[in-house]
Formats: sequence, structure tokens, C-alpha cells
Amino acid sequence: MVAWSDQERSIITSIFSNLDYNDVGPKALSRCLIVYPWTQRYFASFGNLYNADAIKTNPNIQSHGTKILHGLDRAVKNMDDIKSTYAELSVLHSEKLHVDPDNFKVGPGAPAAPRTPSLLSDCLTIVIASKMGSGFTPEIQATFQKFLAVVVSALGKQYH
Amino acid sequence: MSLSAKDKATVKTFWAKISSSGEAIGTDALSRMLAVYPQTKTYFSHWKDLSPGSAPVVKHGATVMAGVGDAVAKIDDLTSGLLSLSELHAFTLRVDPSNFKILSHNILVVLAIMFPTDFTPEVHVAMDKFLAAVARALSEKYR
Repeated sequence: MVAWSDQERSIITSIFSNLDYNDVGPKALSRCLIVYPWTQRYFASFGNLYNADAIKTNPNIQSHGTKILHGLDRAVKNMDDIKSTYAELSVLHSEKLHVDPDNFKVGPGAPAAPRTPSLLSDCLTIVIASKMGSGFTPEIQATFQKFLAVVVSALGKQYH
Repeated sequence: MSLSAKDKATVKTFWAKISSSGEAIGTDALSRMLAVYPQTKTYFSHWKDLSPGSAPVVKHGATVMAGVGDAVAKIDDLTSGLLSLSELHAFTLRVDPSNFKILSHNILVVLAIMFPTDFTPEVHVAMDKFLAAVARALSEKYR
């Protein structure tokens, strides 16, 4: 069970309540596809992803980015049971979408073991950092990355 | 995943814009690293004050970013250009190389905060590749 302090809860709810999902979602997803081009393998049916401009203006990527943020919203509203909130989504990502769970992993570090490069989580962190500017303090960054780590762990739970 | 000519040009252009803020970038990146990844504090047990923006953090942030600037200048041959830094990290500092990714991530976060319009996805990928190449060069002498 993950423990959240009152301060961590308010940090997370505050971040998300000040976000434009229609802006941040597409920006994070398109950044991920540009910075880590191998992730495009999951979006073969989405149309033109040939270059950065095509990715940034692709309407399927835009709507999917927004969808992802709404998916994260579920975790924000259920912080005490993210694992079961995401059980179905985990099955979806594993069985139907066949997404390598390393793709959504959180930044390097956390407990001892070195991690593989983190992809979507990193891009989301960076987009939110650029929106919040200096308001994205080290403490807020730590809480946000902890939140993403819990989400990612829940998404990976149903893989076998 | 080696640096293309375009990557190098992107890095050099972006660096020219941001290098005067080197100390601020380094200080913030290091502060974040110590706060968000507390296991990295183990390398700085000799510092009195590990809090964000403390004197040793500011000084060391500047040192690190000076190294990054040096790497930009030597971008065409990082392995030989960063040889003595690699020896330092391998034999004296003995920083576990997995930590290079951690610091790189925090540098990128700071760049996004300080230069939100310039740090486009295209610049992001070039900088990410560059920092990874620097990390590889720094790891050369480890074993």
C-alpha cells in the first residue's frame, strides 16, 4: 500500500486541477514520440508520424494524448487504490496493446536499482515543468515522480 | 545512437543561448537530484549542507556545468576529449554510472523550466542524446 501525506495529496490534486489536459496530454505524447522514436511502433495505425511536425499536428496523437491525461486523472481521484483502479487498464496495455512496460516507467533511480530510460513519464514531467516554471519546485517534482511511479507500477501489475 | 551532424548543431546552438546561465542550471539540477533521488546524497556526505541552493551545491553545480560546456566544445570526440574527467570519475570519485542518467534527467527538467519555448522536442532529443554520449564518455575508464 502506498502512503500519501496530506501535502503530497494536495500537491497532486493541485497540479492536475491547474492543467489543461487538451494541451499537456498531446504535448507529452508527441514529445515522447519525437524524443524516443521507437515508441512510434505502438501508433502505426495513427497516420503520418514521419517527422516532428507531422507528429505534433497529427489529430490522432492529439486525441490520444488527451485520453492519457484523463486516464491519469483516474489515479488522482483514487490515490489510495491506484492498483485496482488500473487493473483493467493494465490488462489492456499488456494483452491488447502489447506495450513494453519500460515505455511508461518513471525516471531513473528511485530505489537502488538503475532503471531503463523512462519514456512517457519523463516527457510528462518535462512538459509540466515547462508549464509550471519555477513553481515546479524540487519537492513538487519528487511528489509528482512518486505519483507517476505508483501509476506505472499499477499499469505493469497485470503483465505476465 | 550516435550524434548526427544535426544533433551536434542543435546542441551547439542551444548551448550558446543557455551557457551564461550555466551556474543556475547546474545548481538547480543538482538540488533537484539530491531532493528527488535521495540515494545520490551518499556521494556528498562530506558536505555540511545538502539543501537546495546551499553553497556547496552552487559551487558544484557550476563545476558540473563547466564540464558540460567543455563537452560541447569537444563534441566531435567526446571519448578522448573527456578522458581525464573519465579517469576522475572512474578512479577517484567512483560514481556509479547509473547516476549519470539521474543527473541528466534533472538537467533536462531544469532546461524545460528555464527555457520553455526554446526547449522544443527537437532540442530535447538532441540534448538527451548529447548527455547520454557524455555519460558514455565519462564511463570509458571504469573497467
